[in-house]
Amino acid sequence: MRSQRFFNLLTLLILVVLTAGFLIYTKVAASAYIQRVVVGLAISIILVVSLNLINGMTGVFSLGQIGFMAIGAYTAAILTLPLSMKEVNLPDLPSWLAQVELSFLPATLIAGLLAVIVAFLVGLSLMRLSGPYVSVATLGFLVIVQVILVNWDKMTRGSRTFSGVPPFTTLWWAWGWTILTIYIGWRIARSMYGRRMIAVRDNQIAAKSLGINVMRSRLLAYCLSAFFTGVAGSLWAHFIMSFSPKSFYFVETFSVITMLVIGGMGSVSGSILGAVLITVLSEILRNAERGIAIGPIDIPPVYGASQILMSIIFILVIVFRPKGLLGGREIDFNRFWSWLLPKRGEKAIVPGKEVS
Amino acid sequence: MTQLQYLAQQGINAISIGSLYALMAIGLAMVFGILRLINFAHGDLIMVGSYGALLLLVLGTPFWVAALGGIVASTIAGLLMERVAYRPIRGAPDVSMLLTSFAVTILLENVAILVFSPTPRAFPTPSSLNSTFRFGQLQISRIDVVAILVAVILLVLLTLFVTRTKLGISMRAASEDLLAAHLMGINVNRVIATAFAIGSIMAGVVGLLWSARVGKVDPLMGFYPVLKAFVASVIGGLGSLAGAVLGGFLLGFLEILLQGLLPSSLAPFRDAFVFVALIILLLFRPNGIMGSAEREKI
Amino acid sequence: MLTLEDVNVYYDQVHALKSVTIEVKEGELVALLGANGAGKSTILMTISGILRPRSGHVRYEGHDLTRSSPYDIIQVGIGHCPEGRHIFGNLTVQENMLMGAVQRKDRAGVQRDMEWVYSLFPVLGERVRQSGATLSGGEQQMLAIGRALMGRPRLLLMDEPSLGLAPVIVQLIFKVIKQLHQQGVTILLVEQNARQALQVADRCYLLETGRVVMSGPVEALRTNPEIERIYLGGSAV
Repeated sequence: MRSQRFFNLLTLLILVVLTAGFLIYTKVAASAYIQRVVVGLAISIILVVSLNLINGMTGVFSLGQIGFMAIGAYTAAILTLPLSMKEVNLPDLPSWLAQVELSFLPATLIAGLLAVIVAFLVGLSLMRLSGPYVSVATLGFLVIVQVILVNWDKMTRGSRTFSGVPPFTTLWWAWGWTILTIYIGWRIARSMYGRRMIAVRDNQIAAKSLGINVMRSRLLAYCLSAFFTGVAGSLWAHFIMSFSPKSFYFVETFSVITMLVIGGMGSVSGSILGAVLITVLSEILRNAERGIAIGPIDIPPVYGASQILMSIIFILVIVFRPKGLLGGREIDFNRFWSWLLPKRGEKAIVPGKEVS
Repeated sequence: MTQLQYLAQQGINAISIGSLYALMAIGLAMVFGILRLINFAHGDLIMVGSYGALLLLVLGTPFWVAALGGIVASTIAGLLMERVAYRPIRGAPDVSMLLTSFAVTILLENVAILVFSPTPRAFPTPSSLNSTFRFGQLQISRIDVVAILVAVILLVLLTLFVTRTKLGISMRAASEDLLAAHLMGINVNRVIATAFAIGSIMAGVVGLLWSARVGKVDPLMGFYPVLKAFVASVIGGLGSLAGAVLGGFLLGFLEILLQGLLPSSLAPFRDAFVFVALIILLLFRPNGIMGSAEREKI
Repeated sequence: MLTLEDVNVYYDQVHALKSVTIEVKEGELVALLGANGAGKSTILMTISGILRPRSGHVRYEGHDLTRSSPYDIIQVGIGHCPEGRHIFGNLTVQENMLMGAVQRKDRAGVQRDMEWVYSLFPVLGERVRQSGATLSGGEQQMLAIGRALMGRPRLLLMDEPSLGLAPVIVQLIFKVIKQLHQQGVTILLVEQNARQALQVADRCYLLETGRVVMSGPVEALRTNPEIERIYLGGSAV
């Protein structure tokens, strides 16, 4: 007699095997370009899943999460930058910092931690606000972070490129963190607490009547989201190895939001789906931007075509499928199983529709 | 220059900048009031107006004709925006509308970059505007005076419009209670289009004044202004026209104040301070100055 | 004059009106009774075009209004005085009244009607330049009614006009309702205060969870023990 649990475990096992297989294949057989795309995908997934924690699950739509990515990136990069490079690139670093050179994991953890601390302090004031006000306030946070980064020359090299970051981000590091983020996002979304939060996302009064402490749940989501976003920042910094404050501003914010919205807010699998789709689409478009030949027609390079197309797709999705491709729900694997397997007489296997 | 003259100079600066912010914030407030839409793309209307005027100027038309042409361009752009991007999503949750305006902004900016190239172009401000008035030791640029005058005129016209005309009163009604507005038989589509049109006209005017002031245009020129307009709107209380005007001038004064007060080492942090001030304000008045101080009561 | 035929209305997935059929003849005052959530307001919102039925028809004097917009529905002469009043607080009393007449082009007629409304509700005439938000609950209700009347409706939809008001004001309002009825305005009245409603109505419909469960002339319902028990709390009217 097979039960629901069996199918859940089976699904999980298959997903794990597929993912592991995919990663191993990528590492072994795919080109360096593809490998880089896959690492970038991992980081995007972390960003979107953590964005979903706050934007998809609470009534707060934060426009400033990329600010935490910046904090994470710079913090980790400063910590891991080899001492010799520090002398050259950051000559005015305070002495205690100038002597520090950490390895990847501690630096990343500290980066995430710093992001959390900032999130906590900022969140204490911002998470009280609602609707458009909190969105504008978090946008303000993004701008404030940008301004600080651009002007704190001693620590960040200001608007100049910060380079020389050691390339620590491997496929395994990136995906390891990604799996962790997905796991935590999943656990929260599927918990009773998480489901209640989503159900009352837009209605504070209902939330309070269900015993949800709105401020506390928002602050928790905000800090958790900041942690993983900061980690993603560190991963990113050690992946592209050079960046500047402009790498963490509006365009990136819109990118991540697009992924979230397309996949469906409130859904972890939706976030992943959105990240995958947009990453793949971006890559295709980026290649097309250089100009491609379709048969006899030569399409000339079109700068910004990918951005333009992205925004059009975004608008289309919002108009026609405002809840995202998955409609805000998780991917329902049970439907797959009940389709695949025949029901056996009376002892029918009934993978239920308990999902979402 | 004496203390007093310095203060007067800065005061005029503040009013001038505040006027621009106020005009922009009104456009945002009008649309938000009725649709609950935060139109990020409003900033790009500045850009459209400026490039429109630039094109005409390059073709040799006199300045005032080109200015008018720019305003017409931004108005058409605004109405198109409403019809194509925002009307289909009316009734959608606020977040969707905000995000769509994000998308429209990125769309417009990238199209502009494509068409006009990302490098800024010079804006040929007529010499009549470039000169300054002299009052003893005081130097007031003509542009500042024009900006203030234009703003005052537009604000007076707007006030007359929303208090004396049926359409204007309908706008205020729709802004307050859209359902009741429908029930009265107010032509909501027309009201919304009017809100966008007025906002776009304001944006076009601001675009011209801004371009004339800084002497150049570029595809991303609307970005910071709309952010400021935002802040101004929020300060005054989103949706309130009077609040938008108040917020605009307050913001202008705040910026000039910070410019003067901050030690030079902290001067670049001015924008950050503005946002910090905003956040502090929101903590005490979560709905802005003119909004209610109450939060939802259970 | 007005018929709802087999109308089904949904709020997202919730089936709010279930095959509702209702008729209002010209000159009648028909009352819709029922508990909270029974669907009474939903019916009015559907007639006014705010809600669209998934099936069924709304017919008015030969026009099929089922797919019409609120704008068109005002044009054919259906006025709506909504539940909770929904007056425009930031507008003055005068401006509110003007909004009621927003579709009309005859300035003189509008002026006359305004004076007529001020004669019905003198208190409004005293507060012409005051903003709506400063009015008391009763005054706001009067304004809401006056505003709806400014459209010169031939059919007036009234949603819970007595809600939350002191008995004295309620009396005044129902006096005006009776007066309007006598002057020939067709009225569809939604009320929780069944007693008052039954005193002025010609016919009634009783709704329960989206369905019409009882209907008939008011004399028949007045002595019906069901109504007594549920809505009048004991004694017959």
